[in-house]
Amino acid sequence: MDANALVASVRHSGEVAIVDLAGQLDGSAERTLNAAWEAAGDAPIVALNFTKATYINSTGIALIVGLLGKARVENKKVRAFGLMDHYKEIFSITRLSDFIEVHGDEAGAIGGLAANA
Amino acid sequence: MSARAGALRRFIGRRRTQVRSEGAVTPLQREMEVAPVDIAPNDPILAYFQTASGAVELESLHLESPARDALLEAGVRIVVPLITQGELVGLLNLGPRLSEQEYSADDRKLLDALAGQAAPAVRVAQLVRQPESQARERERVEQELRVAQLIQQQFLPRELPDLHGWHVAAYYRPAREVGGDFYDFIELPGGRIGIVVGDVTDKGVPAALVMATTHSLLRAEAPRLVEPSKVLERVNDLLVNDMPPKMFVTCLYVVLDPAAGTLRFANAGHNLPYVGAEGETLELMARGMPLGLLPDMTYEEKAATLAPGTSLLLHSDGLAEAHNPEGDMFGFPRLMGIVGSGGAGEALIDNCLKSLDSFVGASWDQEDDITLVTVQRYGSGVNRPPAAETDGSRVLTQFELPSEPGNERRAFALVTESVQELGLPDDQLEKLKTAVAEATMNAIEHGNHNDPRIPVGITASVENQDLVVRITDEGGSDILSHRESPDLEAKLEGRQNPRGWGLFLIESMVDEMDVTSDGTTRTVELIFHLKGDGHGR
Repeated sequence: MDANALVASVRHSGEVAIVDLAGQLDGSAERTLNAAWEAAGDAPIVALNFTKATYINSTGIALIVGLLGKARVENKKVRAFGLMDHYKEIFSITRLSDFIEVHGDEAGAIGGLAANA
Repeated sequence: MSARAGALRRFIGRRRTQVRSEGAVTPLQREMEVAPVDIAPNDPILAYFQTASGAVELESLHLESPARDALLEAGVRIVVPLITQGELVGLLNLGPRLSEQEYSADDRKLLDALAGQAAPAVRVAQLVRQPESQARERERVEQELRVAQLIQQQFLPRELPDLHGWHVAAYYRPAREVGGDFYDFIELPGGRIGIVVGDVTDKGVPAALVMATTHSLLRAEAPRLVEPSKVLERVNDLLVNDMPPKMFVTCLYVVLDPAAGTLRFANAGHNLPYVGAEGETLELMARGMPLGLLPDMTYEEKAATLAPGTSLLLHSDGLAEAHNPEGDMFGFPRLMGIVGSGGAGEALIDNCLKSLDSFVGASWDQEDDITLVTVQRYGSGVNRPPAAETDGSRVLTQFELPSEPGNERRAFALVTESVQELGLPDDQLEKLKTAVAEATMNAIEHGNHNDPRIPVGITASVENQDLVVRITDEGGSDILSHRESPDLEAKLEGRQNPRGWGLFLIESMVDEMDVTSDGTTRTVELIFHLKGDGHGR
């Protein structure tokens, strides 16, 4: 296994399922990301923690789009926090941030105080 | 009792030996001589003899047996199996009695008694002769190995090149059954030097002879033709007609220009050489069929620069394809890791061998020859290719990577390292990384279809006031002009594939992007303005 492969774990805080992501979010992360989504269960809000995500490429973005599609079907909200400035910019130019509330930290993501601006 | 002398034959596995009485042969004996008869190991008559209780009269034996017919044809009338400890060790074959009378019951008793005495004696004689025969075979094999080793060693270089600013080291360890590896250094015009590493399929004397021929042809053609591709083409043409069946030669030929620090190389199916520097290992890829397989082959020729402080490793498969007792292979990734770990010259060779020893364990029986040649360029304190100034442009780095998913990370790491001297701010570096990674991914997946044999070529240079990164694949004439812009809403509604962000991201990261094609190769050019109103959009 690639030492940099994505590792995901899920914890819950109230109605928010926090998915901690560590490693590289690329095409090889699909199974891990989908399993994490399943592990989030019925939580109406899923917060993706990118603090330890070292690399996101276009196939990783496609995987996030896939999660957003699932969220739409399951009527869930997706939030993100811990993104490097570079990836915040990518979320912006791809318009992902129109569909994902991007927060500066975990407290913001749990509290729902959007920091998109 | 008197009988025509027959052939007493013994059977050990598939081997059969005729035993005859020694001494002068009289005319009568010559008249009585019966031609020897070979009995196939699967002939049913052997099973019959094995269980026979005494002398067997062939005329009355009804058995579909080629040996029975052959024995009768040879004049044999009675066969007495020689059996000891339940094993059939020989046959006593008798023709008709000289009196032309039938064999009597007393004759048969006498024969049975004789067989009972003779069988153990024959077995003892066989056991005595067996080690002698095995020893002779061992000696023959050893002699052949010595001849093969002698041929091989005659053609190994007696000294290494002494090049100013460079250090060359070599290591060769033959397998017990000599495998056909060779290496050589050939002086070329203009102070250049040819470096050869090759491997002949097969082992022993045949491989050594093909190695010797190949070696001589390379020595003859290299100084005359110089260009690696031309040398390999010529040697292939000369070898192909006389190559023994099922044999061929893999061969890497490198021409080093020590003054310029450049390499030109062509490869006839040999292991790819590795360049190691600062924790990274690059493969130098050039395509070509092994020598001696097919006529009229052409060989791709590539060029590379060996930066100060870097090392080149040429190697045969005896190292990377060694197996441990569990059957696991040492492997090319492990070797690349060693090359990237920083050693050079004898230290690099030492690291390879120590790693091999610890991998295979003490009781390892070396499967194939091991050849390692290292070429180290002494460092100037900075492991970066010398910046070649031409026409206002300066090459920062130039390399190739196999088209394997994940190599985009190596691509951006190497490019990022090469632009350190430009002092780009962090946000620009991140844009550069993303653009290089996405363009490399595109080249690997769409241009070269994830075929690791096809390399992605990457060059980073400063041209006037721009940083230009060119990424080349074999995407043909598709210059990416008809592509769908990603629409996130459409993707979420399933009207568009969730993927398809790569080119969009590249264009968003760079100041300019251009795609060109010569019909075979396609080059994506990423341009970052180094001065002006900021980099990227």
